[in-house]
Amino acid sequence: MATQELRQATANSIPSYTEFHPRWYRPHVSVYWWLGQRQYLKFILRELSSVFVAASVVLLILELRALKQGPEAFALLQHRLQSPLALALTTISFFFVVFHSITWFNLTPAAMVVRLRGKRMPDFLIAAPNYAIWLVVSALVAWLILR
Amino acid sequence: MAKQSNEAFFWTLFSAGGVVAAILIPVHLLLFGLAFPLGWVQAPSYGHLLSLAKLPLVRLYLFVLCALPLFHWAHRFRYTLYDGLQVKHLNEVIFTLCYGGAIAGTVYAGYLLWNLA
Repeated sequence: MATQELRQATANSIPSYTEFHPRWYRPHVSVYWWLGQRQYLKFILRELSSVFVAASVVLLILELRALKQGPEAFALLQHRLQSPLALALTTISFFFVVFHSITWFNLTPAAMVVRLRGKRMPDFLIAAPNYAIWLVVSALVAWLILR
Repeated sequence: MAKQSNEAFFWTLFSAGGVVAAILIPVHLLLFGLAFPLGWVQAPSYGHLLSLAKLPLVRLYLFVLCALPLFHWAHRFRYTLYDGLQVKHLNEVIFTLCYGGAIAGTVYAGYLLWNLA
């Protein structure tokens, strides 16, 4: 007991030293850093669109599973997709996947620089073919399914 | 010698998945998630969809349509968690969950498409 008190007293009397260490300049970044500016928010929303891309694949897999299970399972899934909750989710997902498409297509000019007779082609001329392909392929897929 | 990074491989999957998702996902979601349930257009019959999905080329198409966008999600969502929530210390867990999810979805889609009667 006495030894412990003595040790405590000694510890209190000795000044503690902090070794010299240059402090790093590392400003604290809030977890909500992306809420402050529109560009940051757009960036995070664009990245989050991947969640809705995955959700769309989950819906596709559910349709395939129902197709495999038979007509009753398929009809049940179609019925469930009519519920307000499912419709809310598919509506939100649809806006996000379209947002993904637009932001993805608009990235092409940044990734690909095309020069024609020594002049750089304007961005919209590089992005435009993506939109044309998008429309044609979408129409083709819809035609195959609805035919 | 420096350890070879796998980043390029995962990035290629991310990029390919991004293209597939951008061009093909909206029309599928619009039809099956909104247009059919809301009755905007006459929904195709079970028989028509099944016979369509059984075509070898369509099976391959559907497999790619499931697999690549899942790997696109895995890569992008992983970095969203790193940057957005600043959870770099959970690196391994997030990596495993994201790519594990993508692999599981891909395998399940492959199983379903392979066994479509």
